[in-house]
Amino acid sequence: MASILLLIVLLPLIGSIINGILGKNLSKHLVGYIASGSVGLSFVLSLIAFIQLQQIPDRISNVDYYRWIVSGMLDIPMGFWLDSLSSLYILVITGVGFLIHIYSIGYMHEDEGFSRYFSYLNLFVFFMLMLVLGNSYATMFVGWEGVGLCSYLLIGFWFKNHDYNNAAKKAFIMNRIGDLGFILAMTLMFNSFGSLNYIDLLEPGVVTYSSTVTLIALLLFLGATGKSAQIPLYTWLPDAMAGPTPVSALIHAATMVTAGIYMVVRSNVFYSLSETAMNVVAVISGITALWAAIIATLQFDIKKILAYSTVSQLGLMFLGLGAGAYSSSVFHVITHAFFKALLFLGAGSVIHAMGGEQDIRKMGGLSKKIPITYFTMLIATIAISGIPPFSGFFSKDEILAHVYENNKVLWLIGVIASMLTAFYMFRMLFLTFWGYFRGGSELYKHLHESPAVMTYPLIILAVLSAIGGLLGLPELLGTKNWIGHYLDNVIIVKSYLGLSHETEWILMGIAVAGAGASIYFAYQLFVVNGMLPVEDEKELKWWQKVIYHKFYVDELYDNTIRKPLDFLGKVCWKFFENILFKGIIDGISNTTMFLGEWIRKIHIGNIAYYIMAMTISIIVILMMTK
Amino acid sequence: MIGNILILIPLIGFFALLTPAFRSNARRYALFFVGIEFLVALIGYFLNYSANNNAFLLKVDYNWINAINAHWHLHLTGVSLSLALLNALIFVVIFLSVEKNQYGEKSYLFYALGLLMQMAMMGVFLTKDAFSFYVFWELALIPIYLIGLMWGAEGKEKITLQFFLYTFFGSIFMLAAFIYLYQHTALLNEQGRKSWDILDFYQAGKLLTPTQQTIVFWMLFLGFAVKIPIFPLHSWQPDTYTNMPIQGTMMLSGLMLKMGLYGLMFWLMPVVPYAANEWKNVTLLLSITGVIYASLNALVQTDFKRLLAYASMAHVGLIAAGILAFNKQTFDGAATQMFAHGVYVAGLFYIVHLFEKHTGTRLISQLGGIRNLNGQFSNLFLIILLGSIALPLTHGFAGEFLILTGISKIGLMWAVIAGLSVILGAVYMLRAYQKMMLGDVVKTNYTFGALDKKDKWSLFLIVFFILFLGIYPQALNLFTSLNINEILK
Repeated sequence: MASILLLIVLLPLIGSIINGILGKNLSKHLVGYIASGSVGLSFVLSLIAFIQLQQIPDRISNVDYYRWIVSGMLDIPMGFWLDSLSSLYILVITGVGFLIHIYSIGYMHEDEGFSRYFSYLNLFVFFMLMLVLGNSYATMFVGWEGVGLCSYLLIGFWFKNHDYNNAAKKAFIMNRIGDLGFILAMTLMFNSFGSLNYIDLLEPGVVTYSSTVTLIALLLFLGATGKSAQIPLYTWLPDAMAGPTPVSALIHAATMVTAGIYMVVRSNVFYSLSETAMNVVAVISGITALWAAIIATLQFDIKKILAYSTVSQLGLMFLGLGAGAYSSSVFHVITHAFFKALLFLGAGSVIHAMGGEQDIRKMGGLSKKIPITYFTMLIATIAISGIPPFSGFFSKDEILAHVYENNKVLWLIGVIASMLTAFYMFRMLFLTFWGYFRGGSELYKHLHESPAVMTYPLIILAVLSAIGGLLGLPELLGTKNWIGHYLDNVIIVKSYLGLSHETEWILMGIAVAGAGASIYFAYQLFVVNGMLPVEDEKELKWWQKVIYHKFYVDELYDNTIRKPLDFLGKVCWKFFENILFKGIIDGISNTTMFLGEWIRKIHIGNIAYYIMAMTISIIVILMMTK
Repeated sequence: MIGNILILIPLIGFFALLTPAFRSNARRYALFFVGIEFLVALIGYFLNYSANNNAFLLKVDYNWINAINAHWHLHLTGVSLSLALLNALIFVVIFLSVEKNQYGEKSYLFYALGLLMQMAMMGVFLTKDAFSFYVFWELALIPIYLIGLMWGAEGKEKITLQFFLYTFFGSIFMLAAFIYLYQHTALLNEQGRKSWDILDFYQAGKLLTPTQQTIVFWMLFLGFAVKIPIFPLHSWQPDTYTNMPIQGTMMLSGLMLKMGLYGLMFWLMPVVPYAANEWKNVTLLLSITGVIYASLNALVQTDFKRLLAYASMAHVGLIAAGILAFNKQTFDGAATQMFAHGVYVAGLFYIVHLFEKHTGTRLISQLGGIRNLNGQFSNLFLIILLGSIALPLTHGFAGEFLILTGISKIGLMWAVIAGLSVILGAVYMLRAYQKMMLGDVVKTNYTFGALDKKDKWSLFLIVFFILFLGIYPQALNLFTSLNINEILK
């Protein structure tokens, strides 16, 4: 296992280094082969590792390669930890990652930074694998900050545009705020429990209840709000859409942003001990899910809609975590990876066809021109809306059932967020693919379906989005919930649904009816009534304006954090440095000069005066030493 | 023995370069001397794996000045080894960075002074005898003062004088405290024999009353804090760093301030541990205030060199806080971070040098879009930058992480405030990077052609150390950690 895991992680790194250093001199074909090949090979090896893991009795494989950071009691190895949880994650990362690499070959074909792009993308896969395979919090953190770096590099990939650069910088800094929480949690963890390694922390009796546990869980969650874009650190994700669209699919939908969920599940030993932390997670994520869904209903940029949708869906996953439904959330991570990656890649295909246009007000009627994109996106839209038997239905339903058992108010919030999801997704679908084309006749002639290298990944993902629910069929149907059982051994306190069958059926019915009603409403608005989003912001009602402007949170942060910080910097620099400290130093030197001047006046050059002074001094000294 | 050689090589180099025969080819000879020095330091490093720690190769101890019982006592081990290696490494980079004609007719003099400085710092890091420690300490000040005075920018006379007086003022207190401790070593044996030995100082310090310890503590603190610098004794630093020729800045930030940190670590904390613990809250407050204060100043700088001066002050403030927090993790972290900081800060100032060399300016507002002109330079700059903001798998991460872990042991709030520098560091560095490197090309009269071979390889060397030690920090920690266990006993 040791060498397989090492290869899984290192292959993308090697690909990244080759393309990073030599890429410019290689043909685009070769660059594409190296990049996709390394991830594809990683996927094959991940499958082998997955199969091998099933042979191991407790399904845990811990491998140490060498001692990384060592100081007294602190002994962090560089090593990997493959268990049920990470085995699922590596399959998703390398599997979906492979498809997106293939797709990127087509999408980025014209770009002059082709090899640089693949070098970054491979590097991302490397760090993402480090994140989920590391066998301690510190090695998880390597991946954690590493993916943040790659996200920075890829959001600002087109670095000539300073809006993109600002978005990249914002993502990095907001993530760093969360990362500080992660670091502080690690320091507390070590100081209280003596280790950061999973193998030690999972030892029974090591992590026991104390107020520190709550603090650790909350600080870790702060880290998660950064990486997984939850309130208050979510505002970077919509801006992150500045990056190439396949990047949005891979990093900002399918994998990196779900790292927070991975981390909380991995830390369930802490969370299950702290009800406070669980409640904080549940409340914050519930609000985020609703908040982002509301914003998504009034966006015009196809990628922005999907970005807010991602924030909302991530909120839903955390909502499940807050209810203790760890495996349900992981289930949703996986199905979401399928359909959200598909939605982004589909959006990329639309943007590709539209020659770079992202505004859905200028689209419409595209279904005839780009049918494959349309059909695959339709499947994804149905899946995310929670219509059975598509994958999103099962995972979302499972989460909501657990939340219902825990807290009815949060359940209601979850249901409303889900209904909004169905609404804004179908709004997007109708406005993009149905009706008539609004982009002008010139552009209409140029509309074309994407090449096979882009459509095949769409088709594969569409199949997965459709059937992904098989991973976790509800027990209600008399079937076995595979993923729920598979993850059992990594979860300390399991949460089993205690609801009666009737209640479960009713909940399911409410969810489906809600989604159906939302779709019908969207259909009425955008198809039957042919309503179009207003062209001009001025025509919006005030509450629509507030939503369109994302509740002015960016402006709020700008005025309460960035500007005061810069002001403080100016005060330090202009006043303290240049006036106060300079003044003190100059004051001291001026005083010294003055004293020197004064002493010089005593040195008048008269020998008799000196002799007298000397005599008096000697007498004084003799008297004193007596 | 290796220690002797390490001091001897730059000393020979110093004298050699002053003789007319070597002047014409000064650069080549200077590089030869620092190159050999680096090789010897590497040999010393690898000998630590195999040789007995007290073997003659690594440790020498002769009577030197019998009248005051001063010894010539060098020990190439632990943190001393790590800093000696750093000293040897950074001088290779510093000398490589020098451009033809940068120092005009008198370039031999620059190289000679540099070698003298290297020799003095080697002495500071290696000696275990307070008397020679002080001699080397003051000796190191002279060449850097002259370099600033001769080749500094506008206003150099005032700034170098201020620098000289400020740090000299600090060292006087250090000397007084050393003499005081020296007197007390007489109590350690029947014969009343006094000693400058570091271990005797550790013993003598423990015999002092709490009040005496406190006085010694603050006197030594003053001496070391000015050099580092710790807030509010820093006001010489930004001006001096900015005014020095770039190689001088690299010497100051990469190496010379490590003298202060090293002093804090080995010549202060273990000497008067009682007072060190007693005053921990005050000293931590000062150093951590400095971290935040310097970071805030860095946010608004327009000159990249001055920005780095403040960034460096923030980073070393954190190292100082680590040392003052005085536990195993913070000491290990500080030892790690001293090396890491030396490497990346030299790299960052090298970048400043390249900006000036290629574009003629280092003002952030006048630069932009350089990534379009030279991708390799941008990538190297970015890696060094990431090293400076302590991304995992760079050496700085191991250091900062250990320091924060140890500081949070004292109190989580300390770690929270110190940790803010993690965020602020990313803010000011990425802002500057974006403005200078990204965006479209600024329409000015500069180009940014391919890097010279010497510059490229210097940066490769820096990047290699940042990444290699980030992936495998044990390469140094293996030795420094043992050393630290001894003083924390």
